[in-house]
Amino acid sequence: MNRGSLHRMRAWELSRLLARGEVSSREVVEAFLARIEEAEPEVRAFITLTPDLALSQAARVDEARARGENLHPLAGIPVAVKDVICTDGVRTTCASRILENFVPPYDATVVRRLREVGTPLLGKTNMDEFAMGSSTENSAFHPTMNPWDLERVPGGSSGGSAAAVAAGEAPLALGSDTGGSIRQPAALCGIVGLKPTYGLVSRYGLVAFASSLDQIGPMAGCVMDVALLLSVIAGHDPMDSTSAPLPAPDYLSSLEEGVEGVRFGLVREFMGEGIQRGVRRAVEAAAEGLARAGAQVEEVSLPALEYALPAYYIIAPAEASSNLARYDGVRWGLRAEGSRDVVEMQMRTRAKGFGPEVKRRILLGTFALSAGYYEAWYGQAQRVRTLVAEEFRRAYERVELLLSPTSPTTAFRLGERSEDPLAMYLSDVCTIPSNLAGAPAVSVPCGLAEEDGLPVGLQILGPPFSEPLILRAARAIEDLFPGARPAPLGGGVRPVPLSGGEGV
Amino acid sequence: MKAGEFRTSIGLEIHVELSTATKLFCSCPNRFGAPPNTLVCPVCLGEPGSLPVLNARALEYALRIGLALGAEVAPRALFHRKNYFYPDMPKNFQISQYDLPLCRGGSLTLETPEGEKVVGIERIHLEEDTGKTLHPGETGRIYEATYALLDYNRAGVPLVEVVTRPEISSPEEARLFVAELREVLLALGVSDARMEEGSLRVDSNISVGIEGRMGTKVEVKNLNSLRSLRRALEYEERRQKEILSAGGEVVQETRHFDERSGTTVSLRAKEEAFDYRYFPEPDLVPVEPDPGWIKDLRASLPELPRERRARLASLYGLSRQEAALLVSTPGLAVIFEDAVREGANARSAYNWLSGEFLGLCNARGVEPGESGLTGRALAQLLRFVERGAINLRQAKEVLAEMLETGRDPQEIVEERGLSQLTDLAFLKDLARKVVENHPEEARRYRAGQVKVLSFLVGQAMRLSEGRANPALLKQALEEVLKGQGAV
Repeated sequence: MNRGSLHRMRAWELSRLLARGEVSSREVVEAFLARIEEAEPEVRAFITLTPDLALSQAARVDEARARGENLHPLAGIPVAVKDVICTDGVRTTCASRILENFVPPYDATVVRRLREVGTPLLGKTNMDEFAMGSSTENSAFHPTMNPWDLERVPGGSSGGSAAAVAAGEAPLALGSDTGGSIRQPAALCGIVGLKPTYGLVSRYGLVAFASSLDQIGPMAGCVMDVALLLSVIAGHDPMDSTSAPLPAPDYLSSLEEGVEGVRFGLVREFMGEGIQRGVRRAVEAAAEGLARAGAQVEEVSLPALEYALPAYYIIAPAEASSNLARYDGVRWGLRAEGSRDVVEMQMRTRAKGFGPEVKRRILLGTFALSAGYYEAWYGQAQRVRTLVAEEFRRAYERVELLLSPTSPTTAFRLGERSEDPLAMYLSDVCTIPSNLAGAPAVSVPCGLAEEDGLPVGLQILGPPFSEPLILRAARAIEDLFPGARPAPLGGGVRPVPLSGGEGV
Repeated sequence: MKAGEFRTSIGLEIHVELSTATKLFCSCPNRFGAPPNTLVCPVCLGEPGSLPVLNARALEYALRIGLALGAEVAPRALFHRKNYFYPDMPKNFQISQYDLPLCRGGSLTLETPEGEKVVGIERIHLEEDTGKTLHPGETGRIYEATYALLDYNRAGVPLVEVVTRPEISSPEEARLFVAELREVLLALGVSDARMEEGSLRVDSNISVGIEGRMGTKVEVKNLNSLRSLRRALEYEERRQKEILSAGGEVVQETRHFDERSGTTVSLRAKEEAFDYRYFPEPDLVPVEPDPGWIKDLRASLPELPRERRARLASLYGLSRQEAALLVSTPGLAVIFEDAVREGANARSAYNWLSGEFLGLCNARGVEPGESGLTGRALAQLLRFVERGAINLRQAKEVLAEMLETGRDPQEIVEERGLSQLTDLAFLKDLARKVVENHPEEARRYRAGQVKVLSFLVGQAMRLSEGRANPALLKQALEEVLKGQGAV
């Protein structure tokens, strides 16, 4: 077999090869490390690479397999982890100067579960600082380029994870989603990304941005891989009080059951103004495809969603202003030296350590929680949140799942929106409502936009804990758009011959 | 101006460190006095990504305090974040409670010289403690230190805050309130409640009204003992009265009590008050205690100090003061009642406990409740004394050894050969010997000088090396003297 093409394979395909003993985990990891070496100078998806760790983890899996141990389907298949998720002994920066040298003393629950399954860690992926942004341009270290067009952003904030998967640098990645940070970059990079139900995946070890909205989720090249990765990370965790005390269901068995008879609602509010024409056309085509496959598709109106974006920009910054207070130079991370007293040290550390978008949100949130303003801002935003959840609930009395574009546009150019925070915030207009409602949603590729040839993501939304049905629908979309399945080499990345492989 | 025109209102905010095995939101040990930063983990250090999980035992303790004070338990309580920057607080916010506390209302009844006084409780809530900042250097003063050291062992220790209504009307009543609350806490077994170690911390608000007008609230901090509490409030009450008498106005502010000078000094004015930006803690779920659980907790409350004092006094014929001593000394009332149940006389059990036993505990630096003395062992000891098997001095020695070794009195008495000589035949032999050796005294006794008997008893006692039972010895001597006379 051609080991030089391993990095183009899906995790489930690699899993079969590994199970049959046709390749070793070491060979798989080496293939991805080689691909990283090749693509990374142009894509820059990672903040920290951990090749030695990945190889030693791969070696352990190979030994276990040689001993005939019963292994998880993902054992030996490497992952990339967003740099906002704590990894014991591996630097976790949140793409911020203030945590540039922070090495966590513990593993996030999801990372521990991955280690237990035996998925080698390739490295920590780039992101917008503290997950605040929609383009990965807010990284304090460097931007990440979209593998489809290196002049364009990969989306954000999990842009590094999305680009790494799209460029074939990693078969699987973890992202985090507070207002669309998994789904929007998945859409812009032409991969699959799932934001699970709030409470399905433990947040223990996820550096908090907005605790009531944050959720870790899987990102991969296909729905099957997303389902496989979800089954490793989902499930109750006693270390997270907001973790649902339920057993994680089986996400795989119903994946191929199709959409016949499933009732979909296309969200009218997200198909009009502000949505790029090619995006709208691709989503309409997807809806028609579902109908042809036997689903019922109708249009639904959810007028309260109009208020989701402003409510989000009160709640998320409010929580962030409190969550980020601990970065003060006292215990870990950056400390501004030469201060006269502790207050000056804290102020200078924060002035120096946080980027402009993080500061903007801390200021917004601090204001929203201030005495005399709390009710008008935070209180009102919480009422909108209840309203949004209620409107979704009513919609799900009529239909089983909702459809919308994931992002109003395809990937935009680097720098295009970085001077205009409001334009950037609008990137998440379709994704934010699910976070407010604590409900799951997936982004799955549904073709390319006619005007720019860039991938379009279809968002499939469902009520809490409807992941099995959402993933089943996404899997059906994959079959409708075989051509939209991501090309790992992307548009702009030159295929460079691999060295050291056993190319045939 | 007459003093009667003033009206003092005092409200207290009392922080109680709960004596749970682990901290409020993590499994680190909750222990005082360990080396700095040895009782910490990612959660109580507020490491990025860590999350709190509520300690069910801490919730139970807080509810027990609420129920003991007759407070109403909220069907749904919330934790809030109290945001402010301080280096000894790892997250720069404290997880506390705000508008939906665990308990509201309730009261505590004080026994004052003027009669019973009921002080209303405003609220009772649960929150996490902060770490400690140490300022090295000779003076220990913040502004003279060039650096600070932080110890986070205490960070995350569970605290219950009890807030009273401003219904306390004198510094002495404030002292009584804290003393009574302390006894309730000890009876519940939910806290060490040691003011000196900081496991019971008191902040106070005091305002002095004049001529029916409301006074201005002044907060007084740094009250590290019951004595400091009363002194500080007395000083502050006097200060406010003097200002008002001179036609001045009291400034709303926070003042610090200086132990050495016995005065309060201004710490900060109200304008500098913080905006804590409270909002619901998103990392914790609402607390909705199961009504069945609350019912069980209420049913399992121990007898509270006031009831117990009343019961002990009436049941055992003790004075209020005597009952109060038994109740206020942890463990003492239990030993007392167990001893009585084992047959000891209540009066002598009380006398032994309040006198010799507390003295020994004091000398040995042992908490009476942790001395190992059981009511059963005390009753056994008292039986020896009553039977006349050992004398008072010996009984004290035996008690000391009981505390020393934890052995029971029977064993000690036997091993030391302390058992008094009560064999009448033997005592008569002893008496004959003494009479033979002192013929002159024997003659005088028979001649009617009965006082000389005590001299002869003393001589016989000496011969017995102090082991003879004095009453029986006296009886034996009398018989010998009379009998010989008859011969």
